Amino acid sequence: MASLRDYRDRIKSVTSTRKITSAMKMVAASKLRRAQEQAEASQPYAQSMADMLARVAANVTVNASSSKLLAGTGSDQTHLIVVVTADRGLCGGFNGNLAKAALKMARDLIAQKKDVKFICVGRKGQVLVQREMRERMWESFTGLFGKSRVDFAAADEVTSYILDKFDAGEFDVCTLLYNEFKSVLTQTPTAQQLIPFKLPEMQDNEEQDKGDSAASEGGPSSPYDFEPEEEEILNALLPRNLGVQIFRAFLDSAAGEHAARMTAMDNATRNAGEMIDDLTLQYNRARQASITKELIEIISGAEAL
Amino acid sequence: MTDTQTINFELVSPEEKLIEEPVKMAVIPGTEGELGVGAGHSSFVVALKLGVVQLYKQEGDTDPQKIFIAGGFADVTGQQCTVLAEQATNVNDLDQAALEQELADLTEDLDRAADAAETLRAESAMVLVKAKLSAVTGALVV
Repeated sequence: MASLRDYRDRIKSVTSTRKITSAMKMVAASKLRRAQEQAEASQPYAQSMADMLARVAANVTVNASSSKLLAGTGSDQTHLIVVVTADRGLCGGFNGNLAKAALKMARDLIAQKKDVKFICVGRKGQVLVQREMRERMWESFTGLFGKSRVDFAAADEVTSYILDKFDAGEFDVCTLLYNEFKSVLTQTPTAQQLIPFKLPEMQDNEEQDKGDSAASEGGPSSPYDFEPEEEEILNALLPRNLGVQIFRAFLDSAAGEHAARMTAMDNATRNAGEMIDDLTLQYNRARQASITKELIEIISGAEAL
Repeated sequence: MTDTQTINFELVSPEEKLIEEPVKMAVIPGTEGELGVGAGHSSFVVALKLGVVQLYKQEGDTDPQKIFIAGGFADVTGQQCTVLAEQATNVNDLDQAALEQELADLTEDLDRAADAAETLRAESAMVLVKAKLSAVTGALVV
């Protein structure tokens, strides 16, 4: 049986663990708030970009001469998977689930005789993907989420790396895999195809109509002029849009990371509390047992005289 | 009711919405020349180059607010002018001396650049600094 001293030491160590987890929870909560604010602040740009793309796309037909970012390379042999995870752990299944989804996707593609390459953003994803598919890893970007806010420059860096590789013809299809921030309690691994880019026609046309009829008396059919030509604008817009999509994934992932860590640390704090209660009970019981034992010894000693 | 004499100007960067206000006229640097956008302008989408956006807030405003943008796009309708820019700075916040220093540093970097990638990076940074300088001084820097 553990001695009283052992119990005391355990209680002390669990108490200090609880202090740490509850502090981490509070830090995560405040970081989450900031990340959510940032995600909100970036909305107008993403929205305007989507509107503009829809407008331009409505005037352009996709054909063989269109940008490869839109039309594709005509093959789907090599897939690039961009995995966005956190740099740090202690956030429940946040990184693990995403890495699992990434590896599953890669295995499925490999089973279909496709070639798969990886770009990892975030140290945790890099470690987890490397464990199984080291030779397929192109590049990993870490430390992008370390700062209090995510810079657009960070997304830009990753975007230009991807575009360089694409221009060099090193892959055909690019999929972005990240944790979508649904709510503080749920973040779901989401795959989004970046290249070739799928124009979100239906949805955005509706939005465009709404925007137009609200904004201009000319009605939704008011013609748009383009300068330079539609094709040229589209070719300039697409790479920017890629950056915007990646940036949005970063922001979602950053908010999700803090939310997941907050939830995980909340659980840990609660578990530590329960453990302390249990241990305290056992400690008291053991103390009582030893007092009783001593008493019995004294009494039976006195009776023997 | 929106005032028909003004156009609602929006400047957004990927990180946040920077400006949203009604202006009399906005002059934006299109790739094929500067354009003045006022209320009732025909709808169009335009690509922008490095340059200065000028906001004339009132009729006969002689001192427009000047904002430097590092390229982007503008989406114009009769009531709305939305400028998407990845980088935007108030021209008054640009420091001429610091920019000149930066230009000198970059020139040095360019001379010492070891490979093509470094040269490219220095060159694109230089284009940006030069454009900022010409925005401050109002003269063309080459």
